[in-house]
Amino acid sequence: MKQDELLNIVTDNAVFGGAYNIRVNGKLFDRKTNENVDIVSKEGASGIDIFIKDGTVGQTIGIPVVLTSGDIQEVVLNDFHIGKNCDVTIIAGCGIDNCSSCTSQHDGVHTFYVGQNSKVKYIERHYGHGEGSGQKVMNPETVINMEKDSKMEMITTQLEGVDSTVRKTTAHLADGANLVITEKVLTTGEQKATSIFDVDLDGKNSKAKLSSRVVAKDNSYQDFYSDVKGNNDCYAHIECDAIIVNNAKVGSTPKIVANHPDASLVHEATIGKIAGEQLLKLLSLGLDEKEAEDAIIQGFLK
Amino acid sequence: MLKLQDVCYSAMGKQILKDINLTFSDEIIVITGANGAGKSTLAKIIMGILKPTSGKIFYNDQDITDFSITERAKMGIAFAFQQPVKFKGLKVLDILRLSSSEKGKSLSTYLSDVGLCAKEYLTRELSGELSGGELKRIEIASVLARKCPITIFDEPEAGIDLWSFSNLVQTFKNFQNQVKGTMILISHQEKMIEIADTIIVMKEGKVEKVGKNHEILPTLSIKSCKGCGGNR
Ligand SMILES: Nc1ncnc2c1ncn2[C@@H]1O[C@H](COP(=O)(O)OP(=O)(O)OP(=O)(O)O)[C@@H](O)[C@H]1O
Ligand SMILES: [Mg+2]
Repeated sequence: MKQDELLNIVTDNAVFGGAYNIRVNGKLFDRKTNENVDIVSKEGASGIDIFIKDGTVGQTIGIPVVLTSGDIQEVVLNDFHIGKNCDVTIIAGCGIDNCSSCTSQHDGVHTFYVGQNSKVKYIERHYGHGEGSGQKVMNPETVINMEKDSKMEMITTQLEGVDSTVRKTTAHLADGANLVITEKVLTTGEQKATSIFDVDLDGKNSKAKLSSRVVAKDNSYQDFYSDVKGNNDCYAHIECDAIIVNNAKVGSTPKIVANHPDASLVHEATIGKIAGEQLLKLLSLGLDEKEAEDAIIQGFLK
Repeated sequence: MLKLQDVCYSAMGKQILKDINLTFSDEIIVITGANGAGKSTLAKIIMGILKPTSGKIFYNDQDITDFSITERAKMGIAFAFQQPVKFKGLKVLDILRLSSSEKGKSLSTYLSDVGLCAKEYLTRELSGELSGGELKRIEIASVLARKCPITIFDEPEAGIDLWSFSNLVQTFKNFQNQVKGTMILISHQEKMIEIADTIIVMKEGKVEKVGKNHEILPTLSIKSCKGCGGNR
């Protein structure tokens, strides 16, 4: 698969009107900055610092990573310093095309400092491709620090082809901060995916909504852990929905801790096969079993 | 023409349908009868969701008893469930697209047929975010959109508010004028029963009465009830 093709999949064909930093096979491939957004390579480590000025509004910033050959293992640290009163979209993601027999691995730690009253939409897509026996491994870690009245929406999607992934997301929310995380994961074959969420609602009136929708097919295995602490007058809702197909296994281990009398925390988890009645409804519209199953799964992960 | 011949159905050692012999032609047929009489079971047997324990089903003289749900759907049988099905992730537009090959604007008309504003609903998820009545209307719309020669609606009035109910009755009439097929309505509502050409009354798994509207309607004591001056 060509580099451009892989980039388009990872970024969902987004056009970066603002700044961008494209990393290919472990090296900087292209970078553009502007007067509001500065991108600086880290010294002594792989990765970048992204500085977004106070009041930056309407920019889309892209920082995709692609690996097009086997035997690359990298750890990248990216820090996002987002000023006050911003409203920006950040598109990250990693695509690995590995046709070799060696493991390709991208581990990224993305740390966000979201300034007061700022609004960030963060989209991350993961995709693996390649017929070779080489493993495609991604371990993304996201650390989110939210200042007063900031908002962050994080959408992560692991499309297919990733053999092994451990995703860890940590967040600290100040007064009035609002965090929404939507995670979609599809695993097939022998793949394994683990998601760990560790959220501290420190501020008064802080809110977190965490939703995980996953499909595990074949012999794949997925595990979901969440540890959400309400340390103030706050609200959190965690929802974990999983569809299992064939012999796949899914685990969900929620933990919600109220460390404050006004904390209100909800957890819901549903794991199971596609509901029989859903299949029956689509069959009665004239779809065959395979089409019905695909329609249900596609909708669920969309 | 749809024909059920000596259809019986048992589940968990209980006989739910007994010797059903019915012929449905191109008209409006209303099936009524007490809760638990076997109306939904009969509908599911026609759609192929349940297989009769014995007996046969013919569609235009072809034996379809062993046909799958998909095969029957493709032949032109459609069924609106009594309990609408929820889907996480599927949008109203998605289900309409799966129901019909028509495009955008004409799909919207199926929503207005059931009293919903397309603009507001097309992008909504078919999940618990919608009210029971809204889900029910969308279920009906998804079946209207199929424009099948054989269409079964299982208690379409359930959960629909009174004001919208008369519009719904009109929608079924219009649909029948357009499609001119076999429209089977399972209903307890007098206003719905009134539009029937043929009425079937079921009781304890059997067909108790079947006949033309003017023959059966007067024998039904819907308006009356014991002890409140009814004409029973
Ligand atoms: N799978 C099953 N196993 C055992 N009994 C069943 C099963 N399905 C239905 N029944 C029973 O069969 C009878 C008929 O059910 P059915 O749903 O067809 O009734 P209905 O006429 O549609 O009633 P309603 O007006 O309440 O919708 C009921 O007594 C019901 O409890
Ligand atoms: Mg019923």
